[in-house]
Amino acid sequence: MRKLIKRLHWLDYVILAVIIGVASVIILRIGGALNYDWRWERIPNYMFRYKESEERWVANLLVQGLVATIRISIYASILALILGVILGIARCSANLTVRMLARTYLEFLRNVPPVVVIFIFFFFLSEQLIQALNMERWAREIARSDNNAVWTFLFGDMRRFPALISGIIVLALFESAFVGEIVRAGIQSVDKGQREAARSIGMSRWQEMRYIVLPQAMRKVMPPMANQFISLVKDSSLVSLISVPDLTFKTVELVASTRLIFEAWLTAAAFYFVICFGLSVLFRRLERR
Amino acid sequence: MVQNDTMISVSKVDKFYDDFQALTDVSLTVKQGERVVICGPSGSGKSTLIRCFNGLEFHNAGTIVIDGIEVEEGSKGLRRLRQEVGMVFQQFNLFPHLTILENLTIGPMKVQKISRAEAEKRARTYLERVHIPEQADKYPAQLSGGQQQRVAIARSLCMQTRIMLFDEPTSALDPEMINEVLDVMVELASTGITMVCVTHEMGFARKVADTMVFMEAGRIVETAPPEKFFTNPESERCKMFLSQILDH
Repeated sequence: MRKLIKRLHWLDYVILAVIIGVASVIILRIGGALNYDWRWERIPNYMFRYKESEERWVANLLVQGLVATIRISIYASILALILGVILGIARCSANLTVRMLARTYLEFLRNVPPVVVIFIFFFFLSEQLIQALNMERWAREIARSDNNAVWTFLFGDMRRFPALISGIIVLALFESAFVGEIVRAGIQSVDKGQREAARSIGMSRWQEMRYIVLPQAMRKVMPPMANQFISLVKDSSLVSLISVPDLTFKTVELVASTRLIFEAWLTAAAFYFVICFGLSVLFRRLERR
Repeated sequence: MVQNDTMISVSKVDKFYDDFQALTDVSLTVKQGERVVICGPSGSGKSTLIRCFNGLEFHNAGTIVIDGIEVEEGSKGLRRLRQEVGMVFQQFNLFPHLTILENLTIGPMKVQKISRAEAEKRARTYLERVHIPEQADKYPAQLSGGQQQRVAIARSLCMQTRIMLFDEPTSALDPEMINEVLDVMVELASTGITMVCVTHEMGFARKVADTMVFMEAGRIVETAPPEKFFTNPESERCKMFLSQILDH
């Protein structure tokens, strides 16, 4: 702390003072103009509430949403990484058809707004998929059965499973396009000599990719990859549009029923911030090693 | 089985990069255990030629047969051939994300499917041969250039190759490290393995070569035993080249 103060120049103090001044004017103006009745004390109750019938604390809307967002982000990240690596490899393939297919997929997803992708996917594909696999009934049966603890832990309320899955898939598809480009850049940044060395000890193309190129490529692209996963967490808010009960969806519900507009949204913002900032700190640590 | 002691047989090979002809009508025979040194000015096609031997490049005309296997793009024998032919590169090309030991074991384990224990035993034997057994657990970046190149030689030997190709193995090294690599190569030459070296190290060539090959502009200009090659080369161009690299 003392070091930081020593490093500050007198100009820094002037700038800080101006910023604080402007910020307080804005806050005061908003406070006056809005005439908003802050009720922060009601927010904790929407994180956890005491369930009288079971005599224990349970997660309420906001924390339910937070947990769902974390679940969606984790599963979508894993899926996006798998799809992205496949896409990245396909983009570098020697086969023209494979390369063109990968390119088409990428360009479609990259040049259409995510919200539009989400709606198209949801209405055209996901409905069909869920019906075809009879997922709705399957999920409801699990929800009704007695030993559904593992399922509930992994996917939350099983009655909402189809929506959750749609959300995860569409988010993963969307992000995989970007992950794929990052992987491609990584693969292409690996020195040509590495491939030649791998080939000259008799490795097949697949072995060369698996043991020599990919491990080096993935190491090189850690920073942009970390960025992409942070983006994914933020983009996960979009799946609330197709009724996936994530943090954004739950916040909308909360606002609709309680009118705690600012409190609820600021809390949601804080939750997102904590996840994303936590991730960026974590990735920075990993990179340094 | 027919006793055939020809290891490498190159006949009338042409190689193009788009419009540029890198090799023109190249023919060469290398017997089992023979040590061939190829020299010539840069851009003369020396590297291209030996890269065609293990299918890192493919020739456009003529035939290359290595130990009975024809080198052909997409052929089934290619991976088998590459296991028999080791290649040492100018830039070492060690795998930077693997330790020295892993660099040596990954080929035998993944390509030849031998057990880890056996691969490690083999790797340590060859590390001993190139005089750096103590570096096994380090990463390539922690080693000097000379040590890295010796690891690269050991990595090729770990595949129990019958032919070793060297593509200017000392050109990227600091002068004080050249000898440690050449020493290993001289020792290797005495084991009876077939060697083809592209190099400008004429002292090394004199010491180990059975045959000297001089290339220029994609053609083999002269092939001769070293005594004759160094004292009385036939072509003018070769004489000039030798005087340029020897006279200082």
